Amino acid sequence: MAKYLLLKHYRGAPAAVNDVPMDQWAPDEVAAHIKYMGDFATRLESTGEYVDGQALSPEGTWVRYDGEGRPPVTDGPFAETKDLIAGWMVIDVDSYERAVELAGELSAAPGANGEPIHEWLELRPFLSHNHTAVE
Amino acid sequence: MDDAALRGLTPATIAILVRRGADFAAAEDAVQDALLDAMRAWPDNPPRDPLAWLVAVAWRRYLDAVRADVARRRREDLVDADPEPTPVAGVDDTLQLYFLCAHPSLTPASAVALTLRAVGGLTTRQIAQAYLVPEATMAQRISRAKRTVSGVRFDEPGDVATVLRVLYLVFNEGYSGELDLAAEAIRLTRQLSGAIDHPEVSGLLALMLLHHARRAARTRPDGSLVPLAEQDRGRWDTRLIAEGVEILQKALARDRLGEYQAQAAIAALHADAPTTEETDWVQIVEWYDELVRLTDSPVARLNRAVAVGEADGAPAGLAALAVLDPSPPRYAAVAAYLHERAGDLDRAAGLYAEAARRATSTPERDHLTSQAARLNAVLRQGSGDTRNG
Repeated sequence: MAKYLLLKHYRGAPAAVNDVPMDQWAPDEVAAHIKYMGDFATRLESTGEYVDGQALSPEGTWVRYDGEGRPPVTDGPFAETKDLIAGWMVIDVDSYERAVELAGELSAAPGANGEPIHEWLELRPFLSHNHTAVE
Repeated sequence: MDDAALRGLTPATIAILVRRGADFAAAEDAVQDALLDAMRAWPDNPPRDPLAWLVAVAWRRYLDAVRADVARRRREDLVDADPEPTPVAGVDDTLQLYFLCAHPSLTPASAVALTLRAVGGLTTRQIAQAYLVPEATMAQRISRAKRTVSGVRFDEPGDVATVLRVLYLVFNEGYSGELDLAAEAIRLTRQLSGAIDHPEVSGLLALMLLHHARRAARTRPDGSLVPLAEQDRGRWDTRLIAEGVEILQKALARDRLGEYQAQAAIAALHADAPTTEETDWVQIVEWYDELVRLTDSPVARLNRAVAVGEADGAPAGLAALAVLDPSPPRYAAVAAYLHERAGDLDRAAGLYAEAARRATSTPERDHLTSQAARLNAVLRQGSGDTRNG
């Protein structure tokens, strides 16, 4: 019973095995990929392990506080930012091993030529909100 | 009748439906429906015999569901049998339900969810909120768990240890959202202790009560942790402590020691001490020796090293720590604490920072970070350094 974040990167992850940009795939390969992702989420819901999944636009803005009474400063997007998150899935599973197994399956999503992408996904445990009651 | 008392009738009602021939999954659904009916109807119109009312409504709900199912499948011969009119449920039935919901074929998460619903009478939505997952996910987790145990005979003998593990997990989830899972775990363990006479059930109940007694003192209003040594002992709940100690003493007198009794004994020794200094650390070390012997748990070994440090001085604690496996996340926190007690603040500050990076919960991380910051501030002062200088 632990939550994990599966992070998918636009940039910043090591190169995938089948590393062809999505806009170079055949249209039915794109459709097959989207279907795989949808089926994966549905299957995780049926096993009682799905928590959340979201995709992010690659275009973002950097924002910071600029002092009392002043509007926040905005900047970017910075093309040189090394790490760019594409989206995530949150799972609630019984063990780290199960989390690794599921991340492996998600990384097998089909890409160019219908072959698995073998992309690197980042697996991060959530910190729990509760401190164990028994010290 | 309050909500918890109503939910307390859940296992007996399910058991009666199962005895009448309903399968467990359908009976459980029907009883959930009946509980919701009861919550609506009883405030204005309380029944004379709540259990009989629940059984009657749940049975009707069950028959409706079976009829709908039969209509779908065009098999009319399933509903002909008329049930026994009188509800009879023994404590054995309640116990069987605990066994079924903690069946070893279930994963811990599934056993927890099924226990909270079928024994605790909580709704799927409440359980989903407590565990911060979508309701649809929790609904699937529960229905999958029901399918997993669908082939298990209701009167199959079970192992009370599996049930205790599930209840311990629920207790340790603490307070999450609107649902007080620690209080719910205490209620379910209390109910279990009425259904089976077992020293480890008493041990777990005592452990829960003794820890629950410290709850108000364990966190500050902002949610941050207060270590045992700094807790305001005047805020400990003496009624819960007295009850826990009494239950524990009766269990220990039976001379069938188990891990929960040993943990409760440690909690009782803390509860008994007016201050940290007056704590009987020598006895606590002895109980940790028992606990390590019973469980071989790495966490118990780490906590033993802390207790040795209190009983025989920090160097002894560090010596006890030195022979342990450093891989558990808590290792750095224990090492930090013992090094600080031994006067090596520099080392302790670094270890607290490392422990914060390895923490598994946000309250723990924040606590360890503030310990590191506190020591670093002391060290800066000692060296005449200032943060902005």
